[in-house]
Amino acid sequence: MKQYRPSEEVDFLIIGAGAAGSIMAEELSSAGFSVVVLEQGPYLREKDFQHDEIKYTRLSAMTNNLKRQPHTYRKSDAETAKVPGQKVVQYGRQVGGGSVHFTANYWRLWESDFKQRSKWGGVAGTSLADWPITYAELEPYYTKAEEELGISGLAGANPFEAWRSKPYPLPPLPVKSSGVIFERATKKLGLHPFPAPMAILSQPYRGRGACAHCGFCEYFGCEVRAKSSTLATVIPLAERTGRCEIRPDSYTRKIEVGANGRVTGAVYFDAQRREVFQRAKAVVVCANGSETPRLLLMSKSSRFPQGLSNVNGLVGKHLMFDAGFGAFGVFEHPLNEFKSVQTTRVIHDFYEPDPKRGFHGGGGIDARFDFYPASFALSGLPKDAPRWGSEWKSMVARNFTRTLTLLAHATCLPQERNTISLDPEVKDAWGLPATRVTFDFHADDVRTMKFLLDRQVEILQAAGALKFWPDPADESLLPHNHLLGTCRMGDDSKTSVVDRYHRAHDVPNLFLVDGSSLVTACCQPTCTIQALAYRAADHIASEARKASI
Amino acid sequence: MPDRQMSRRLWLGASSALLTTHWAEVLDAQEHAHEAMRSVKPVSLSTLNAEEAKEIEAIASQIIPSDGSPGAREAGVIYFIDRALATFDQDKRALYTRGLDETQSKRAELFPGSKSIAALRADEQIRLLHDIEKTEFFEQVRTHCILGFFGNPSYGGNRDQVGWKLIGFEDRFQFEPPFGYYDGPGKPEREP
Repeated sequence: MKQYRPSEEVDFLIIGAGAAGSIMAEELSSAGFSVVVLEQGPYLREKDFQHDEIKYTRLSAMTNNLKRQPHTYRKSDAETAKVPGQKVVQYGRQVGGGSVHFTANYWRLWESDFKQRSKWGGVAGTSLADWPITYAELEPYYTKAEEELGISGLAGANPFEAWRSKPYPLPPLPVKSSGVIFERATKKLGLHPFPAPMAILSQPYRGRGACAHCGFCEYFGCEVRAKSSTLATVIPLAERTGRCEIRPDSYTRKIEVGANGRVTGAVYFDAQRREVFQRAKAVVVCANGSETPRLLLMSKSSRFPQGLSNVNGLVGKHLMFDAGFGAFGVFEHPLNEFKSVQTTRVIHDFYEPDPKRGFHGGGGIDARFDFYPASFALSGLPKDAPRWGSEWKSMVARNFTRTLTLLAHATCLPQERNTISLDPEVKDAWGLPATRVTFDFHADDVRTMKFLLDRQVEILQAAGALKFWPDPADESLLPHNHLLGTCRMGDDSKTSVVDRYHRAHDVPNLFLVDGSSLVTACCQPTCTIQALAYRAADHIASEARKASI
Repeated sequence: MPDRQMSRRLWLGASSALLTTHWAEVLDAQEHAHEAMRSVKPVSLSTLNAEEAKEIEAIASQIIPSDGSPGAREAGVIYFIDRALATFDQDKRALYTRGLDETQSKRAELFPGSKSIAALRADEQIRLLHDIEKTEFFEQVRTHCILGFFGNPSYGGNRDQVGWKLIGFEDRFQFEPPFGYYDGPGKPEREP
């Protein structure tokens, strides 16, 4: 692999080697530019991955660790934020980022997602806005992402799907028992189930083998490279250009700004916690919807006293998560949901907001199994079941192979009050300010989730589940995965942080490309984040060639 | 595990023309690590003393009883707990000490003259646990029991995969459809 000296001024310094950063690295280095990628986490390989539930789901082996990198949480400005018992912010923390451990759901947005404000009007208490770009502008890059990375799915199977210029490059993965049950039940209800689009290979593709159905996708790295993570796909291509250096265990603490208001590089802690300054002509931050605003807020200077590119004070605002509850059903015969990919069937019938419902929001529902043996024994039984002893044990023994989950992925409205900021007290193990999360769902978000939960229960009923029960709706209202919207894109520099090509409004050679750019959030964001990255890379490369960065 | 070897060979044979060598190498390495992991069986305690271990094991064996199939005792859950308290859950050590003290007081109150939790009859142990089941200590022991019983054997519990066998989970690197009853062939007449 190519190595650069920190004193060398590289063309692009990319911060974060995740779902978006790896694509930026591959595209920009392939276009002929010199690239260094700083990644907080280690460079793990397939041989390092294990089937070890405790290691990955309890000990944060591939995600941020709350002990070393604490964050604090509060519902509103009125409260003092505290370190929560479980993570509110979770992100992949190794080369490949969250794309290594994600479930691999790969949904495009709908055309109307980009124009929600014009189509449905404003929603009180929110900053609901149109995107500065349309679906049509992003469509070629959705297609590119699906082709470059390897996505399995069936074009046209979802009657609500936006138009597409090409079918999926790979057919859908084999249906599981949960998918068969879900498909029959939803059809009975007049709904439209379709094969889940997944970033997992159903057949060999570009030198990688097909999925072996081991069942360890969600929270785990794929040992056979069938999951189309950026680690398995674009990272090797980036390294092969001979112009890209992936620098793991490199934790960025500050982006530096010169007297002319342009960024000059970044200071990071290396594996030995020495501070290193890497020089660059331009910086692309792809650190995720939580770490990107945090880094900008930590990068204070005399020119940007509120944090880098934060003249309008919007950096970190409009935080959005993946919203949605689960509902669970037990069936007569074994489903063996522990085998193969988590999800094989989805519906989008309730995806679009509908004013008749009396609130703004919608979402998709998938059939899946969200458990591994220990997590199932901890919390997979009906809420009225015993929690220990002989009867509990025999129920766990019977239900593990007979249970499925219906999970909703719902609208989360953008609110200015929901933020990522720097905690004034708590520091991480490197002495940097901890992330402070201020977040509460909008009333319409909660109504959307409850609306979908009722639909999930109807489906389980129609499916003939022997027993079914919903998540206790009000108790499980903690935000969790998918960190979105905190440096939103827009044409107006007063109401957004980056422009339609992800260039920071305030700094000409700074780009922010990750979940933080999203203007609205519904459902599964990875596909959109990666399409945006391909689009941004195209534009940034052509600007760099014209010397207009 | 001859069945796994067989199915793996079949799988490799079926698609070898399209396979990268990488896949096979990774699979071999994984299976090797996997087999090595199965043989880990700690037999000594590092954090808990023998008396504490006996008392906690008595609690564990009512949470996951040995009632016709192996329970916490046979799975070696106590070794998992001991190792967890020595490593990733060091900060739970104080909770164990305090919780065990409080449970002993409760035992003495419920069963005057009794000497230890381990020495109680099974029905008395169950009565005692019902009394403390809302405490943070019980919740922690329950969590540890479940992790030790159903987690990876490399952590000292789930010996001989008794937890996985109980629920029908198989830790394999490859399965083939049909995966379950409802996605199998010839079942369309059987509405779920």
